[in-house]
Amino acid sequence: MDKRLSIVVIEPDPERAAPIVDGLREIGDHDIRIISEETGLARHIAEFRPDIVLIDLANPSRDVLEELALASGPTERPVAMFVDRSDEHLTRAAVEAGISAYVVDGLRPDRIKPILDAAIARFHMFQRMRAELAATRAALEERKVIDRAKAVLMKARGIDEEAAYALLRKTAMDQGKRVAEIAQQLVLAAGLLSCG
Amino acid sequence: MRLTSVRLGYVPLIDAAPLIVAAELGFAAEEGLEFSLLRLGAWAQARDMLGAGLIEAAHMLAPMPVAQAMGLGPALPDLDLVMFLSQGGQAVAVSAALAARMRDLGHDFDFRDARKAGEALRRAAPERLRVGVPFHFSTQLELMQHWLGVCGFDAAPEVVTVPPPLMAESMAAGEVDAFCVGEPWASSAVDRGVAALLLPGTAVWASPPEKGLVLRRDFIAAEPEMTGALMRAIWRAGRWLDERENRDTAAEILSRREYLDLPAELAERGLTGRLQVTPSGEIRHVPGFVAFHAGAATFPWKSLAALFAQRIARRYGLQPDAAMRRAMAHFRTDLYRQHLRAAGAALPGASARLEGALTEDREVGAEKGQMILRADAFFDGTVFEPPFAD
Repeated sequence: MDKRLSIVVIEPDPERAAPIVDGLREIGDHDIRIISEETGLARHIAEFRPDIVLIDLANPSRDVLEELALASGPTERPVAMFVDRSDEHLTRAAVEAGISAYVVDGLRPDRIKPILDAAIARFHMFQRMRAELAATRAALEERKVIDRAKAVLMKARGIDEEAAYALLRKTAMDQGKRVAEIAQQLVLAAGLLSCG
Repeated sequence: MRLTSVRLGYVPLIDAAPLIVAAELGFAAEEGLEFSLLRLGAWAQARDMLGAGLIEAAHMLAPMPVAQAMGLGPALPDLDLVMFLSQGGQAVAVSAALAARMRDLGHDFDFRDARKAGEALRRAAPERLRVGVPFHFSTQLELMQHWLGVCGFDAAPEVVTVPPPLMAESMAAGEVDAFCVGEPWASSAVDRGVAALLLPGTAVWASPPEKGLVLRRDFIAAEPEMTGALMRAIWRAGRWLDERENRDTAAEILSRREYLDLPAELAERGLTGRLQVTPSGEIRHVPGFVAFHAGAATFPWKSLAALFAQRIARRYGLQPDAAMRRAMAHFRTDLYRQHLRAAGAALPGASARLEGALTEDREVGAEKGQMILRADAFFDGTVFEPPFAD
Protein backbone atom coordinates (compact mmCIF):
# COMPACT_ATOMS: atom_id res chain seq x y z
CA MET A 1 0.00 0.00 0.00
CA ASP A 2 1.43 3.38 -1.01
CA LYS A 3 1.65 5.97 1.70
CA ARG A 4 -0.72 8.92 1.69
CA LEU A 5 0.50 11.79 -0.37
CA SER A 6 0.78 15.26 1.02
CA ILE A 7 -0.61 17.75 -1.49
CA VAL A 8 -0.55 21.53 -1.27
CA VAL A 9 -2.88 23.64 -3.39
CA ILE A 10 -1.78 27.27 -3.65
CA GLU A 11 -4.86 29.31 -4.46
CA PRO A 12 -5.85 32.70 -3.01
CA ASP A 13 -9.48 32.38 -4.16
CA PRO A 14 -11.38 30.07 -1.78
CA GLU A 15 -14.20 29.61 -4.27
CA ARG A 16 -11.73 28.16 -6.64
CA ALA A 17 -9.70 26.16 -4.14
CA ALA A 18 -12.69 24.27 -2.72
CA PRO A 19 -13.71 22.36 -5.87
CA ILE A 20 -10.10 21.43 -6.59
CA VAL A 21 -9.73 19.99 -3.11
CA ASP A 22 -13.05 18.13 -3.51
CA GLY A 23 -11.83 16.69 -6.79
CA LEU A 24 -8.62 15.48 -5.17
CA ARG A 25 -10.50 13.91 -2.24
CA GLU A 26 -12.58 11.88 -4.67
CA ILE A 27 -9.56 10.07 -6.05
CA GLY A 28 -7.94 8.95 -2.83
CA ASP A 29 -7.13 9.47 0.79
CA HIS A 30 -4.51 12.19 0.65
CA ASP A 31 -3.43 14.90 3.02
CA ILE A 32 -4.48 18.08 1.25
CA ARG A 33 -3.79 21.63 2.35
CA ILE A 34 -4.63 24.97 0.82
CA ILE A 35 -2.25 27.91 1.05
CA SER A 36 -4.07 31.13 0.31
CA GLU A 37 -1.71 33.86 1.54
CA GLU A 38 0.88 35.11 -0.89
CA THR A 39 3.66 36.18 1.46
CA GLY A 40 5.90 33.72 3.24
CA LEU A 41 5.22 31.02 0.69
CA ALA A 42 8.66 29.41 0.90
CA ARG A 43 8.30 29.14 4.67
CA HIS A 44 4.86 27.50 4.45
CA ILE A 45 6.04 25.00 1.89
CA ALA A 46 9.01 24.12 4.09
CA GLU A 47 6.63 23.49 7.01
CA PHE A 48 4.26 21.22 5.09
CA ARG A 49 6.94 19.32 3.17
CA PRO A 50 4.46 18.40 0.45
CA ASP A 51 4.93 15.66 -2.16
CA ILE A 52 3.02 17.64 -4.75
CA VAL A 53 2.28 21.34 -5.10
CA LEU A 54 -0.50 22.43 -7.44
CA ILE A 55 -0.73 26.06 -8.51
CA ASP A 56 -2.34 28.20 -11.19
CA LEU A 57 0.03 28.55 -14.15
CA ALA A 58 -0.40 32.33 -13.99
CA ASN A 59 0.05 32.73 -10.23
CA PRO A 60 2.99 35.12 -9.68
CA SER A 61 4.05 32.97 -6.72
CA ARG A 62 5.11 30.30 -9.16
CA ASP A 63 8.37 32.13 -9.58
CA VAL A 64 9.02 31.56 -5.87
CA LEU A 65 8.38 27.83 -6.32
CA GLU A 66 10.77 27.80 -9.25
CA GLU A 67 13.51 28.84 -6.87
CA LEU A 68 12.58 26.06 -4.43
CA ALA A 69 12.62 23.62 -7.31
CA LEU A 70 16.29 24.38 -7.90
CA ALA A 71 17.38 24.54 -4.28
CA SER A 72 19.29 21.44 -3.33
CA GLY A 73 20.79 22.03 0.07
CA PRO A 74 21.13 19.01 2.41
CA THR A 75 18.11 19.95 4.50
CA GLU A 76 15.92 20.91 1.56
CA ARG A 77 13.52 18.57 -0.15
CA PRO A 78 14.36 18.23 -3.80
CA VAL A 79 11.40 19.31 -5.85
CA ALA A 80 11.11 19.09 -9.60
CA MET A 81 8.81 20.69 -12.07
CA PHE A 82 6.33 18.07 -13.11
CA VAL A 83 6.97 18.84 -16.75
CA ASP A 84 10.45 17.32 -16.28
CA ARG A 85 9.28 13.77 -16.04
CA SER A 86 5.83 13.43 -17.48
CA ASP A 87 4.57 12.41 -20.83
CA GLU A 88 4.20 15.35 -23.16
CA HIS A 89 0.42 15.07 -23.53
CA LEU A 90 -0.25 15.37 -19.85
CA THR A 91 2.09 18.33 -19.56
CA ARG A 92 0.40 20.10 -22.42
CA ALA A 93 -3.04 19.34 -21.03
CA ALA A 94 -1.97 20.87 -17.73
CA VAL A 95 -0.54 24.01 -19.34
CA GLU A 96 -3.67 24.40 -21.46
CA ALA A 97 -5.84 24.03 -18.40
CA GLY A 98 -3.72 26.71 -16.72
CA ILE A 99 -2.23 24.53 -14.02
CA SER A 100 1.31 23.69 -13.03
CA ALA A 101 2.55 21.04 -10.66
CA TYR A 102 5.74 20.74 -8.64
CA VAL A 103 6.58 17.25 -7.54
CA VAL A 104 9.03 15.92 -5.00
CA ASP A 105 11.94 14.07 -6.53
CA GLY A 106 11.45 10.34 -6.97
CA LEU A 107 7.66 10.23 -6.84
CA ARG A 108 6.42 7.66 -9.33
CA PRO A 109 4.59 8.99 -12.42
CA ASP A 110 1.67 6.57 -11.88
CA ARG A 111 1.04 8.23 -8.52
CA ILE A 112 1.17 11.72 -9.97
CA LYS A 113 -1.03 11.17 -13.01
CA PRO A 114 -4.42 10.63 -11.33
CA ILE A 115 -3.87 13.66 -9.15
CA LEU A 116 -2.97 15.88 -12.06
CA ASP A 117 -5.85 14.49 -14.13
CA ALA A 118 -8.28 15.38 -11.36
CA ALA A 119 -6.84 18.86 -10.98
CA ILE A 120 -6.97 19.48 -14.72
CA ALA A 121 -10.63 18.46 -14.83
CA ARG A 122 -11.50 20.80 -11.96
CA PHE A 123 -9.53 23.68 -13.45
CA HIS A 124 -11.45 23.30 -16.71
CA MET A 125 -14.75 23.12 -14.87
CA PHE A 126 -13.96 26.27 -12.92
CA GLN A 127 -12.91 28.15 -16.03
CA ARG A 128 -16.13 27.19 -17.76
CA MET A 129 -18.23 28.26 -14.79
CA ARG A 130 -16.43 31.57 -14.61
CA ALA A 131 -16.84 32.17 -18.34
CA GLU A 132 -20.56 31.40 -18.08
CA LEU A 133 -20.97 33.72 -15.13
CA ALA A 134 -19.15 36.51 -16.94
CA ALA A 135 -21.29 36.00 -20.05
CA THR A 136 -24.50 36.12 -18.02
CA ARG A 137 -23.39 39.27 -16.24
CA ALA A 138 -22.42 40.95 -19.50
CA ALA A 139 -25.75 40.07 -21.07
CA LEU A 140 -27.61 41.54 -18.10
CA GLU A 141 -25.53 44.72 -18.28
CA GLU A 142 -26.20 45.05 -21.98
CA ARG A 143 -29.92 44.64 -21.51
CA LYS A 144 -29.93 47.41 -18.92
CA VAL A 145 -28.05 49.76 -21.25
CA ILE A 146 -30.38 48.95 -24.16
CA ASP A 147 -33.39 49.65 -21.95
CA ARG A 148 -31.94 53.02 -20.98
CA ALA A 149 -31.14 53.88 -24.59
CA LYS A 150 -34.70 52.99 -25.59
CA ALA A 151 -36.04 55.29 -22.87
CA VAL A 152 -33.82 58.13 -24.12
CA LEU A 153 -35.10 57.71 -27.67
CA MET A 154 -38.75 57.38 -26.63
CA LYS A 155 -38.53 60.61 -24.68
CA ALA A 156 -36.50 62.60 -27.22
CA ARG A 157 -38.43 61.55 -30.32
CA GLY A 158 -41.83 60.75 -28.91
CA ILE A 159 -41.83 57.20 -30.27
CA ASP A 160 -42.91 53.95 -28.67
CA GLU A 161 -40.63 51.23 -27.34
CA GLU A 162 -40.82 49.06 -30.40
CA ALA A 163 -39.90 51.91 -32.72
CA ALA A 164 -37.07 52.92 -30.41
CA TYR A 165 -35.62 49.42 -30.54
CA ALA A 166 -36.04 49.27 -34.33
CA LEU A 167 -34.14 52.55 -34.62
CA LEU A 168 -31.31 51.25 -32.44
CA ARG A 169 -31.12 48.07 -34.46
CA LYS A 170 -31.11 49.85 -37.80
CA THR A 171 -28.39 52.25 -36.65
CA ALA A 172 -26.32 49.34 -35.40
CA MET A 173 -26.67 47.56 -38.74
CA ASP A 174 -25.79 50.69 -40.70
CA GLN A 175 -22.71 51.27 -38.57
CA GLY A 176 -21.70 47.63 -38.55
CA LYS A 177 -21.82 47.59 -34.76
CA ARG A 178 -23.68 45.71 -32.07
CA VAL A 179 -26.94 47.11 -30.69
CA ALA A 180 -25.40 47.23 -27.21
CA GLU A 181 -22.51 49.37 -28.47
CA ILE A 182 -24.85 51.89 -30.11
CA ALA A 183 -26.98 51.93 -26.98
CA GLN A 184 -23.89 52.58 -24.86
CA GLN A 185 -22.84 55.51 -27.05
CA LEU A 186 -26.34 56.97 -27.01
CA VAL A 187 -26.62 56.75 -23.23
CA LEU A 188 -23.19 58.34 -22.83
CA ALA A 189 -24.06 61.18 -25.23
CA ALA A 190 -27.43 61.75 -23.59
CA GLY A 191 -25.71 61.92 -20.22
CA LEU A 192 -23.28 64.55 -21.51
CA LEU A 193 -26.02 66.65 -23.07
CA SER A 194 -28.31 66.59 -20.06
CA CYS A 195 -25.68 67.67 -17.52
CA GLY A 196 -26.28 71.38 -17.84
CA MET B 1 -4.36 42.79 -46.57
CA ARG B 2 -4.97 39.74 -44.47
CA LEU B 3 -3.00 39.80 -41.22
CA THR B 4 -1.33 36.76 -39.72
CA SER B 5 -2.10 36.31 -36.05
CA VAL B 6 0.81 35.90 -33.62
CA ARG B 7 0.40 35.22 -29.90
CA LEU B 8 2.87 36.99 -27.61
CA GLY B 9 3.12 36.76 -23.84
CA TYR B 10 4.28 39.64 -21.66
CA VAL B 11 4.56 40.36 -17.97
CA PRO B 12 3.15 43.79 -17.03
CA LEU B 13 6.24 46.00 -16.74
CA ILE B 14 7.27 49.18 -18.56
CA ASP B 15 9.77 47.19 -20.61
CA ALA B 16 6.95 45.28 -22.29
CA ALA B 17 6.50 48.55 -24.20
CA PRO B 18 8.02 47.39 -27.54
CA LEU B 19 5.42 44.61 -27.85
CA ILE B 20 2.51 46.80 -26.83
CA VAL B 21 3.58 49.74 -28.99
CA ALA B 22 4.14 47.47 -31.99
CA ALA B 23 0.57 46.21 -31.61
CA GLU B 24 -1.04 49.59 -30.88
CA LEU B 25 0.76 51.88 -33.32
CA GLY B 26 0.64 49.69 -36.40
CA PHE B 27 4.25 48.45 -36.55
CA ALA B 28 2.90 44.89 -36.41
CA ALA B 29 0.25 45.49 -39.07
CA GLU B 30 2.88 47.09 -41.29
CA GLU B 31 4.62 43.71 -41.30
CA GLY B 32 1.37 41.85 -41.95
CA LEU B 33 0.98 40.69 -38.36
CA GLU B 34 -1.79 40.95 -35.86
CA PHE B 35 -0.44 40.68 -32.31
CA SER B 36 -2.56 38.85 -29.81
CA LEU B 37 -1.00 40.00 -26.53
CA LEU B 38 -1.44 37.86 -23.44
CA ARG B 39 -0.74 39.40 -20.06
CA LEU B 40 1.06 36.81 -17.92
CA GLY B 41 1.43 36.52 -14.17
CA ALA B 42 4.76 34.73 -13.78
CA TRP B 43 8.04 34.33 -15.66
CA ALA B 44 7.70 30.58 -15.37
CA GLN B 45 4.36 30.93 -17.15
CA ALA B 46 6.00 32.68 -20.11
CA ARG B 47 8.55 29.88 -20.39
CA ASP B 48 5.98 27.07 -20.04
CA MET B 49 3.47 28.54 -22.48
CA LEU B 50 6.23 29.08 -25.02
CA GLY B 51 7.42 25.53 -24.45
CA ALA B 52 3.92 24.13 -24.93
CA GLY B 53 3.37 26.18 -28.10
CA LEU B 54 0.52 28.22 -26.61
CA ILE B 55 2.34 31.44 -27.54
CA GLU B 56 4.78 32.06 -30.37
CA ALA B 57 7.00 34.59 -28.61
CA ALA B 58 7.62 35.86 -25.11
CA HIS B 59 8.92 38.97 -23.35
CA MET B 60 11.41 37.29 -21.03
CA LEU B 61 14.19 38.04 -18.57
CA ALA B 62 17.39 37.87 -20.61
CA PRO B 63 19.12 35.32 -18.32
CA MET B 64 16.18 32.88 -18.55
CA PRO B 65 17.04 31.39 -21.96
CA VAL B 66 20.66 31.18 -20.73
CA ALA B 67 19.64 29.10 -17.70
CA GLN B 68 17.33 27.02 -19.86
CA ALA B 69 20.24 26.33 -22.26
CA MET B 70 22.32 25.20 -19.27
CA GLY B 71 19.69 22.65 -18.26
CA LEU B 72 18.52 24.63 -15.21
CA GLY B 73 14.85 24.39 -16.06
CA PRO B 74 12.21 21.94 -17.16
CA ALA B 75 12.79 19.80 -20.25
CA LEU B 76 11.31 22.00 -22.98
CA PRO B 77 12.03 22.54 -26.68
CA ASP B 78 15.06 24.82 -27.29
CA LEU B 79 14.37 28.50 -26.64
CA ASP B 80 16.35 31.21 -28.45
CA LEU B 81 16.73 34.91 -27.72
CA VAL B 82 16.58 36.72 -31.07
CA MET B 83 16.97 40.30 -29.83
CA PHE B 84 16.97 42.32 -26.62
CA LEU B 85 13.83 44.31 -25.94
CA SER B 86 15.34 46.66 -23.37
CA GLN B 87 18.33 47.66 -21.29
CA GLY B 88 18.00 49.14 -17.81
CA GLY B 89 14.60 49.91 -16.32
CA GLN B 90 15.43 48.42 -12.90
CA ALA B 91 15.68 50.24 -9.60
CA VAL B 92 17.20 49.24 -6.26
CA ALA B 93 15.11 50.14 -3.22
CA VAL B 94 15.58 49.91 0.54
CA SER B 95 12.94 49.72 3.26
CA ALA B 96 11.74 52.95 4.86
CA ALA B 97 13.44 51.96 8.13
CA LEU B 98 16.75 51.27 6.44
CA ALA B 99 16.44 54.50 4.44
CA ALA B 100 15.97 56.47 7.66
CA ARG B 101 19.09 54.88 9.21
CA MET B 102 21.10 55.61 6.07
CA ARG B 103 19.99 59.22 6.12
CA ASP B 104 20.92 59.53 9.80
CA LEU B 105 24.38 58.29 8.86
CA GLY B 106 24.61 61.03 6.24
CA HIS B 107 23.58 59.40 2.95
CA ASP B 108 21.99 61.88 0.54
CA PHE B 109 20.10 59.49 -1.80
CA ASP B 110 21.70 61.02 -4.89
CA PHE B 111 20.46 58.00 -6.90
CA ARG B 112 23.72 58.01 -8.83
CA ASP B 113 26.83 56.81 -7.06
CA ALA B 114 26.75 53.02 -6.61
CA ARG B 115 29.87 52.83 -4.45
CA LYS B 116 28.72 55.55 -2.08
CA ALA B 117 25.24 54.01 -1.82
CA GLY B 118 26.71 50.55 -1.24
CA GLU B 119 28.95 51.76 1.56
CA ALA B 120 26.11 53.67 3.18
CA LEU B 121 23.95 50.56 2.99
CA ARG B 122 26.69 48.40 4.51
CA ARG B 123 26.97 50.72 7.50
CA ALA B 124 23.22 50.82 8.08
CA ALA B 125 22.23 47.28 7.16
CA PRO B 126 21.47 44.38 9.47
CA GLU B 127 24.05 41.61 9.77
CA ARG B 128 22.61 39.62 6.92
CA LEU B 129 20.80 41.69 4.32
CA ARG B 130 17.70 40.11 2.76
CA VAL B 131 17.28 41.12 -0.86
CA GLY B 132 14.22 40.57 -3.05
CA VAL B 133 14.56 39.90 -6.79
CA PRO B 134 11.82 38.92 -9.26
CA PHE B 135 13.36 35.65 -10.40
CA HIS B 136 16.42 33.55 -9.66
CA PHE B 137 17.60 33.99 -13.25
CA SER B 138 17.35 37.74 -13.70
CA THR B 139 19.47 40.78 -14.41
CA GLN B 140 18.20 42.13 -11.08
CA LEU B 141 19.86 39.27 -9.21
CA GLU B 142 23.13 39.72 -11.12
CA LEU B 143 23.12 43.47 -10.44
CA MET B 144 22.54 43.00 -6.72
CA GLN B 145 25.14 40.26 -6.30
CA HIS B 146 27.75 42.17 -8.24
CA TRP B 147 27.10 45.46 -6.49
CA LEU B 148 26.90 44.09 -2.94
CA GLY B 149 29.87 41.81 -3.60
CA VAL B 150 32.07 44.72 -4.68
CA CYS B 151 30.88 46.87 -1.76
CA GLY B 152 32.36 44.41 0.71
CA PHE B 153 29.42 43.04 2.66
CA ASP B 154 30.78 40.57 5.22
CA ALA B 155 28.00 38.04 4.87
CA ALA B 156 26.61 37.21 1.43
CA PRO B 157 23.11 38.66 1.23
CA GLU B 158 20.15 36.32 1.41
CA VAL B 159 18.49 36.59 -1.99
CA VAL B 160 14.81 35.69 -2.15
CA THR B 161 12.40 35.57 -5.06
CA VAL B 162 9.45 37.94 -4.75
CA PRO B 163 6.95 38.44 -7.59
CA PRO B 164 7.18 42.13 -8.67
CA PRO B 165 3.57 43.04 -7.78
CA LEU B 166 4.22 41.70 -4.25
CA MET B 167 7.53 43.52 -3.76
CA ALA B 168 6.00 46.40 -1.79
CA GLU B 169 3.93 44.05 0.35
CA SER B 170 6.90 41.86 1.10
CA MET B 171 8.86 44.89 2.23
CA ALA B 172 5.95 46.15 4.31
CA ALA B 173 5.75 42.72 5.98
CA GLY B 174 9.44 42.98 6.88
CA GLU B 175 10.45 40.01 4.74
CA VAL B 176 13.09 41.88 2.72
CA ASP B 177 15.35 44.83 3.59
CA ALA B 178 16.08 45.77 -0.01
CA PHE B 179 15.01 44.77 -3.50
CA CYS B 180 15.80 45.28 -7.15
CA VAL B 181 12.87 45.23 -9.55
CA GLY B 182 11.76 46.56 -12.91
CA GLU B 183 9.55 49.62 -13.11
CA PRO B 184 6.80 50.47 -12.26
CA TRP B 185 7.05 48.20 -9.20
CA ALA B 186 9.82 50.10 -7.41
CA SER B 187 7.94 53.40 -7.82
CA SER B 188 4.78 51.68 -6.67
CA ALA B 189 6.51 50.70 -3.39
CA VAL B 190 7.65 54.32 -2.92
CA ASP B 191 4.07 55.49 -3.39
CA ARG B 192 2.92 53.06 -0.75
CA GLY B 193 5.39 54.67 1.64
CA VAL B 194 7.32 51.48 2.36
CA ALA B 195 10.49 52.07 0.34
CA ALA B 196 13.04 54.62 -0.88
CA LEU B 197 14.87 54.25 -4.17
CA LEU B 198 18.61 53.98 -3.76
CA LEU B 199 19.97 53.43 -7.28
CA PRO B 200 18.93 52.84 -10.85
CA GLY B 201 20.26 49.58 -12.32
CA THR B 202 22.29 51.69 -14.74
CA ALA B 203 24.37 53.08 -11.84
CA VAL B 204 25.74 49.57 -11.23
CA TRP B 205 26.11 48.53 -14.87
CA ALA B 206 25.59 51.27 -17.46
CA SER B 207 23.64 49.12 -19.95
CA PRO B 208 22.24 46.12 -18.15
CA PRO B 209 20.44 43.95 -20.73
CA GLU B 210 17.03 43.32 -19.23
CA LYS B 211 14.38 41.66 -21.40
CA GLY B 212 14.69 39.65 -24.56
CA LEU B 213 12.36 38.45 -27.27
CA VAL B 214 12.40 34.66 -26.96
CA LEU B 215 11.05 32.13 -29.47
CA ARG B 216 11.19 28.40 -29.87
CA ARG B 217 14.00 27.27 -32.13
CA ASP B 218 11.72 24.90 -34.05
CA PHE B 219 9.28 27.76 -34.69
CA ILE B 220 12.10 29.98 -35.99
CA ALA B 221 13.16 27.21 -38.38
CA ALA B 222 9.62 26.48 -39.56
CA GLU B 223 8.49 30.12 -39.86
CA PRO B 224 11.48 32.22 -40.96
CA GLU B 225 9.32 34.91 -42.54
CA MET B 226 7.05 35.34 -39.55
CA THR B 227 10.11 35.45 -37.30
CA GLY B 228 11.62 38.23 -39.40
CA ALA B 229 8.36 40.18 -39.52
CA LEU B 230 7.98 39.89 -35.75
CA MET B 231 11.53 41.10 -35.14
CA ARG B 232 11.21 44.05 -37.52
CA ALA B 233 7.88 45.17 -36.05
CA ILE B 234 9.26 45.12 -32.52
CA TRP B 235 12.57 46.69 -33.54
CA ARG B 236 10.70 49.62 -35.14
CA ALA B 237 8.54 49.98 -32.04
CA GLY B 238 11.76 50.22 -30.01
CA ARG B 239 13.06 52.92 -32.34
CA TRP B 240 9.83 54.87 -31.86
CA LEU B 241 10.11 54.44 -28.09
CA ASP B 242 13.62 55.88 -28.00
CA GLU B 243 12.42 59.18 -29.49
CA ARG B 244 12.22 61.06 -26.24
CA GLU B 245 9.04 62.95 -27.11
CA ASN B 246 7.19 59.65 -27.51
CA ARG B 247 7.71 58.43 -23.97
CA ASP B 248 4.68 60.25 -22.51
CA THR B 249 2.44 58.75 -25.17
CA ALA B 250 3.93 55.34 -24.47
CA ALA B 251 3.10 55.76 -20.78
CA GLU B 252 -0.51 56.55 -21.68
CA ILE B 253 -0.80 53.46 -23.85
CA LEU B 254 0.87 51.14 -21.35
CA SER B 255 -1.24 52.33 -18.45
CA ARG B 256 -4.50 51.21 -20.08
CA ARG B 257 -6.59 48.68 -18.29
CA GLU B 258 -5.83 45.87 -20.72
CA TYR B 259 -2.07 46.33 -20.26
CA LEU B 260 -0.49 47.54 -17.00
CA ASP B 261 -3.76 48.86 -15.56
CA LEU B 262 -2.28 51.60 -13.39
CA PRO B 263 -2.06 55.41 -13.40
CA ALA B 264 -0.14 56.74 -16.43
CA GLU B 265 1.86 58.92 -14.07
CA LEU B 266 3.38 55.80 -12.48
CA ALA B 267 4.43 54.24 -15.79
CA GLU B 268 5.76 57.63 -16.89
CA ARG B 269 8.37 57.81 -14.12
CA GLY B 270 10.46 54.95 -15.42
CA LEU B 271 9.81 55.70 -19.07
CA THR B 272 10.92 59.33 -18.77
CA GLY B 273 13.65 58.62 -16.20
CA ARG B 274 12.19 61.11 -13.72
CA LEU B 275 11.84 59.03 -10.58
CA GLN B 276 10.45 59.96 -7.24
CA VAL B 277 12.94 58.39 -4.85
CA THR B 278 11.24 58.94 -1.49
CA PRO B 279 7.64 59.01 -0.27
CA SER B 280 8.18 62.68 0.61
CA GLY B 281 8.56 63.52 -3.08
CA GLU B 282 12.24 63.98 -3.95
CA ILE B 283 12.72 63.66 -7.71
CA ARG B 284 15.87 62.41 -9.45
CA HIS B 285 16.45 62.57 -13.17
CA VAL B 286 18.24 59.64 -14.82
CA PRO B 287 18.92 60.05 -18.54
CA GLY B 288 18.88 56.66 -20.25
CA PHE B 289 17.14 54.94 -17.32
CA VAL B 290 15.62 52.50 -19.80
CA ALA B 291 16.63 52.06 -23.46
CA PHE B 292 14.77 50.23 -26.20
CA HIS B 293 16.86 50.94 -29.27
CA ALA B 294 19.65 53.51 -29.22
CA GLY B 295 23.29 52.43 -29.30
CA ALA B 296 22.51 48.92 -30.57
CA ALA B 297 20.54 48.19 -27.39
CA THR B 298 18.69 45.33 -29.10
CA PHE B 299 21.72 43.48 -30.50
CA PRO B 300 21.92 40.09 -28.70
CA TRP B 301 25.68 40.01 -28.04
CA LYS B 302 26.85 36.45 -27.53
CA SER B 303 29.32 37.81 -24.99
CA LEU B 304 26.36 38.77 -22.79
CA ALA B 305 25.05 35.20 -22.98
CA ALA B 306 28.51 34.09 -21.84
CA LEU B 307 28.62 36.65 -19.04
CA PHE B 308 25.29 35.49 -17.61
CA ALA B 309 26.21 31.83 -18.13
CA GLN B 310 29.49 32.15 -16.28
CA ARG B 311 27.87 33.80 -13.29
CA ILE B 312 24.99 31.32 -13.15
CA ALA B 313 27.34 28.35 -13.59
CA ARG B 314 29.44 29.48 -10.63
CA ARG B 315 26.37 29.80 -8.46
CA TYR B 316 25.06 26.34 -9.30
CA GLY B 317 28.43 24.59 -9.31
CA LEU B 318 28.43 23.87 -13.05
CA GLN B 319 31.37 23.91 -15.44
CA PRO B 320 31.55 27.52 -16.77
CA ASP B 321 33.12 26.87 -20.19
CA ALA B 322 30.50 24.34 -21.23
CA ALA B 323 27.76 26.62 -19.89
CA MET B 324 29.05 29.60 -21.84
CA ARG B 325 29.31 27.64 -25.09
CA ARG B 326 25.77 26.37 -24.75
CA ALA B 327 24.33 29.75 -23.83
CA MET B 328 26.05 31.60 -26.66
CA ALA B 329 24.39 29.32 -29.21
CA HIS B 330 20.99 30.53 -27.95
CA PHE B 331 21.65 34.25 -28.56
CA ARG B 332 20.85 34.46 -32.25
CA THR B 333 23.01 37.23 -33.69
CA ASP B 334 22.69 35.42 -37.03
CA LEU B 335 18.93 36.02 -37.11
CA TYR B 336 19.37 39.59 -35.96
CA ARG B 337 21.68 40.26 -38.90
CA GLN B 338 19.55 38.34 -41.37
CA HIS B 339 16.22 39.92 -40.50
CA LEU B 340 17.14 43.44 -39.41
CA ARG B 341 19.84 44.31 -41.95
CA ALA B 342 17.30 45.27 -44.59
CA ALA B 343 15.26 47.22 -42.05
CA GLY B 344 18.27 49.46 -41.53
CA ALA B 345 19.65 48.26 -38.22
CA ALA B 346 23.31 49.14 -37.64
CA LEU B 347 25.19 45.87 -37.34
CA PRO B 348 28.44 45.46 -35.42
CA GLY B 349 31.30 43.67 -37.15
CA ALA B 350 31.60 41.00 -34.44
CA SER B 351 28.98 39.10 -32.44
CA ALA B 352 30.93 38.98 -29.18
CA ARG B 353 32.95 41.71 -27.50
CA LEU B 354 34.63 42.80 -24.31
CA GLU B 355 31.72 43.56 -21.94
CA GLY B 356 31.94 46.53 -19.62
CA ALA B 357 34.67 48.29 -21.59
CA LEU B 358 32.81 51.47 -22.61
CA THR B 359 32.66 54.25 -20.02
CA GLU B 360 30.83 56.46 -22.50
CA ASP B 361 28.93 56.04 -25.76
CA ARG B 362 31.42 55.35 -28.53
CA GLU B 363 31.42 55.39 -32.30
CA VAL B 364 32.81 52.17 -33.75
CA GLY B 365 33.12 50.51 -37.14
CA ALA B 366 30.02 48.63 -38.25
CA GLU B 367 29.26 46.14 -41.01
CA LYS B 368 28.62 49.24 -43.08
CA GLY B 369 30.10 52.59 -42.01
CA GLN B 370 30.01 53.60 -38.37
CA MET B 371 27.66 53.01 -35.48
CA ILE B 372 27.30 54.20 -31.89
CA LEU B 373 27.48 51.74 -29.02
CA ARG B 374 26.02 52.58 -25.62
CA ALA B 375 28.32 52.96 -22.62
CA ASP B 376 28.26 49.63 -20.77
CA ALA B 377 30.78 49.95 -17.91
CA PHE B 378 30.31 48.43 -14.47
CA PHE B 379 30.65 50.95 -11.62
CA ASP B 380 33.79 49.20 -10.39
CA GLY B 381 35.46 48.87 -13.79
CA THR B 382 34.90 45.10 -14.10
CA VAL B 383 35.34 43.85 -17.65
CA PHE B 384 34.34 40.46 -18.97
CA GLU B 385 36.10 38.83 -21.87
CA PRO B 386 34.30 35.85 -23.37
CA PRO B 387 36.73 32.94 -23.84
CA PHE B 388 35.37 32.17 -27.32
CA ALA B 389 34.37 34.37 -30.25
CA ASP B 390 31.07 32.56 -30.85
